[in-house]
Amino acid sequence: MGSVGAKEVPVLLDAEGRRIDGRRLDELRPIQIRAGPLPQADGSAFVEWGANKVMAAVYGPREVHPRHLQQSTKAVIQCRYNMAAFSVDERKRPGLDRRSQEISKVIAEAFESVVFAEEFPRTSIDVYIEVLQANAGTRCAGLVAGSVALADAGIPMVDLLPAVAVGKVAGAIALDLKKEEDNFGEADLPMALVPQSGRLVLLQMEGHMTEPELAKALDLGVEGCKVIYEKMKAALRERYSVRPLAAEAA
Amino acid sequence: MGLLDPRPPVVQVVPLSGRYLPKPGDQVVGTVTDVQSTFWLLDIGAPRWAPLHMTGTPWKVEVGETERYLRVGDAVVVRVENLDATGRIGVTMAEEGLGKLEGGTIERISPARVPRLVGRGGSMIATITRHTGAEVAIGQNGRIWVGGSADAIQRVRDVLQMIEENGPRPGLTDRVERFLLATTPTSAGAEEADGRVLPRDDGPPGEDGAGAGDELADGTRGSRDEDES
Repeated sequence: MGSVGAKEVPVLLDAEGRRIDGRRLDELRPIQIRAGPLPQADGSAFVEWGANKVMAAVYGPREVHPRHLQQSTKAVIQCRYNMAAFSVDERKRPGLDRRSQEISKVIAEAFESVVFAEEFPRTSIDVYIEVLQANAGTRCAGLVAGSVALADAGIPMVDLLPAVAVGKVAGAIALDLKKEEDNFGEADLPMALVPQSGRLVLLQMEGHMTEPELAKALDLGVEGCKVIYEKMKAALRERYSVRPLAAEAA
Repeated sequence: MGLLDPRPPVVQVVPLSGRYLPKPGDQVVGTVTDVQSTFWLLDIGAPRWAPLHMTGTPWKVEVGETERYLRVGDAVVVRVENLDATGRIGVTMAEEGLGKLEGGTIERISPARVPRLVGRGGSMIATITRHTGAEVAIGQNGRIWVGGSADAIQRVRDVLQMIEENGPRPGLTDRVERFLLATTPTSAGAEEADGRVLPRDDGPPGEDGAGAGDELADGTRGSRDEDES
């Protein structure tokens, strides 16, 4: 694995238009989603996305802690995004930092726009997102995991929230950056989509893109989100489908 | 995740999982989380804690004396009386079959599985109590109080796990019965089978009134002694 400190810029795009891991510009990394791995939580999900591994647990609606955050007309949605100390090559100092606070906030706000919070006044819906292994795009993986976990918790929502990052590597717009592309690329644009309405509820950007590039990146991201959306639905169907026992099938 | 209910006036999704959503009339098992001078707060697994007012008990409680009757951590069987628009849950304990639970242990299953645990006409729960000799109080909230010998409690726990894992499959009552017959440790289990159940809505309220707690505790100790001898 290329380390953060590497001075050599790797070849991000070869002559045939293949990326560092052999993908085309519009190709996602492999994604696996499992709903309900944590029986004790009200809802949970585990997402493996490329080399990212992210676990999400949802508790609630439940009593609000601390009390003063309680809202009399709707549920508050609290999110904690956290990266494990061992999630990156070089040990990450554990606990809250500027970056994780920001990501927690934007993810919570993305969920607020899809959850029917008015149905549970004076309660809290708590979404915990733990990044166990990170390889660029963890806020998107966290959003996907958190969203499936919310659905697994039976919480009413407008829609699931697929998310993906689009970036600019070696001058080209590319879907779903991996670590080397994120580190040495020119731009990174994570987004979360409400598929039914086409609304974006999270959009951030680091680096620079021209206006035509941004338009292209948004289109590419929306297409990527639609693919992820199907995988999220499939994971939930799998969790709630009933397969006959081996003994009965025989 | 849930099932679509397209009936007017509103299309809605009935969740297949998640927290217990209280309904008036439901019998639930809860634990005391806070004690105030005129009421207790109960965790019944719902979105909010449910206040149990001192007048909703079978006891004559003086203001400020609430802690003499129920302390934090105590388990109770109560009934949901009403819900208001702000999500406040009113519960009562002043009815036959409700009261404080002494001894035993509380297990959790998904609220969605409770109808399977009761079974058609109470057949599943009758099977379980008959074969294990345990006493079981079922809460619609998926909290299940189990009393009896350590062995009986463990067997009920195994069955609860079976139900949790095999909820939607048919023929579960028969499977549970086969499992219980196959794992009967001694014949003693059958002798203990007086299987008192706190039923959901029908069934005999029986003698399990306010004083049930003490009797249950005695029963628990009694069967434990038998086991050890």
